[in-house]
Amino acid sequence: MISGRFLIVLAIAAAGAATAQDDNVLVVEGAQLVTETRAPAHIEHVGTIYSGWRFRSGETQVLQTDDFENPAMIFVDQAMDLWDKVDGEAGKACASCHENVAQFAGLRTRLPRVKNGELVTMENLINACRTGRMKAVPWKWSEGKMTAMTALIGLQSRGMPINVAIDGPAASFWEKGREIYYTPVGQLQMACANCHEDNYGLMIRADHLSQGQSNGFPTYRLKNAKLNSIHGRFRGCMKNIRAIPYKEGSDEFKALELYLASRGQGLSVETPSVRN
Amino acid sequence: MELTRRKVLALGTGTLAFAGFPALARLADGVIADITGGAELREGGISLSAPEIAENGNTVPVRVDAPGAVAITLLADGNPVPNVATFRFGPMSASRGASTRIRLAKTQNVLALAEMEDGSFRMTKAEVKVTIGGCGG
Amino acid sequence: MASGVKPRVKVPKKASAGAAVTIKTLISHKMESGQRKDDQGKAIPRSIINRFTADFNGQNVIDVALEPAISTNPYFEFEAVVPESGEFTFTWYDDDGDIYSTARKIEVS
Repeated sequence: MISGRFLIVLAIAAAGAATAQDDNVLVVEGAQLVTETRAPAHIEHVGTIYSGWRFRSGETQVLQTDDFENPAMIFVDQAMDLWDKVDGEAGKACASCHENVAQFAGLRTRLPRVKNGELVTMENLINACRTGRMKAVPWKWSEGKMTAMTALIGLQSRGMPINVAIDGPAASFWEKGREIYYTPVGQLQMACANCHEDNYGLMIRADHLSQGQSNGFPTYRLKNAKLNSIHGRFRGCMKNIRAIPYKEGSDEFKALELYLASRGQGLSVETPSVRN
Repeated sequence: MELTRRKVLALGTGTLAFAGFPALARLADGVIADITGGAELREGGISLSAPEIAENGNTVPVRVDAPGAVAITLLADGNPVPNVATFRFGPMSASRGASTRIRLAKTQNVLALAEMEDGSFRMTKAEVKVTIGGCGG
Repeated sequence: MASGVKPRVKVPKKASAGAAVTIKTLISHKMESGQRKDDQGKAIPRSIINRFTADFNGQNVIDVALEPAISTNPYFEFEAVVPESGEFTFTWYDDDGDIYSTARKIEVS
């Protein structure tokens, strides 16, 4: 724990001090999104929560304000084609059962959620349809078709506030996610909180540390020019702190996804967002 | 943080004789000479807009404008291959300008070279700092 | 790269005669630069879109030569004049010989 914090302090010292958020307002296609709000009561050490959009440079920010400028929309278009495409032995497409993707407005705000005693994410729901109803091969967690589809379905909730359930049957999953968030791991012995709670707004080398909010995922990253899943990003973080990442779709990552979503309660869904 | 992230270079028509240009990377020099055939490069009448600091060198937005140009070539003097793109404007073009997104391997100058309708050449440049990210890198 | 390439274009549906209209284009393409190496250290061959053209009623608006320094999913924004109603055609030329094209009509009054 101490060593992790020490390393971060070194990195910050090297990059020089930087101020926290700017006061930009995110308007996407004419609608204003919530990128800053009071932290929910269950978050102990943060007073205000901010979307990752607020930590990006102007050039990156503007890419998300217009659905044509946003390169993620290429993949949303691809997902619209997939929506109508018959796949699997049952001879069905998404469109065979679901009249319109717009019916999923609001779904993204409530995921992950508990279903039949299990914590399920958007990816789980999509693959349950593929294997159960379509008799098709499930998609891999972060493959292009999956991230395209989670972007298309998530987009239907854009502008709606994140609102995951953390009580009742979700409570034990949330507690597990919280524990992961605060547990130092890997060679650098760092926890999520070391960067995203203790040091957001500061620089890690030349990068502006965000609060690690998940409200924009899947997100198009300039770094790899494709859509990135939440679990894929968790893996990247864990590699950066020299830990062995959990598997995408694992119980650990799903619990962390729920906990992280709960830290962003009230922020607008930005799916698909654009980040560096 | 800097308040002005986007630097717009719209140089006047002064004759600075491009004191900066002889120090350019050799590869870009060769490409420029190929395009101009050794003709004089003049300042002014061309503007290039690029971020001072790119959050990621993989996707750097740039805009170039040169009223009266028949073609504009973008070069990046620190890339392994300096050529980036050449825009040729046809009769239905309303402006002699365009925006695109480019890759920069490291901190370097982006150069814009315009061939004008009168056969002259104009050039400007913008330095873009490409940072090594932390986790975003 | 023939599979999964998806062009997007943004053209106003209407304009007044002689007006300048802003056009934006985007196409999904990895733009493999030829500079990268695979896990075995072998160079990954270049595979890019090397040319893009936009025409209005058969006359050229812009003709772009692309090099590997153009980012993945190439984006262009430019302006065209529209003297009368007609159709824009957009064409992308792939290194592998494939050609992708799309068209948009505009009503000019």
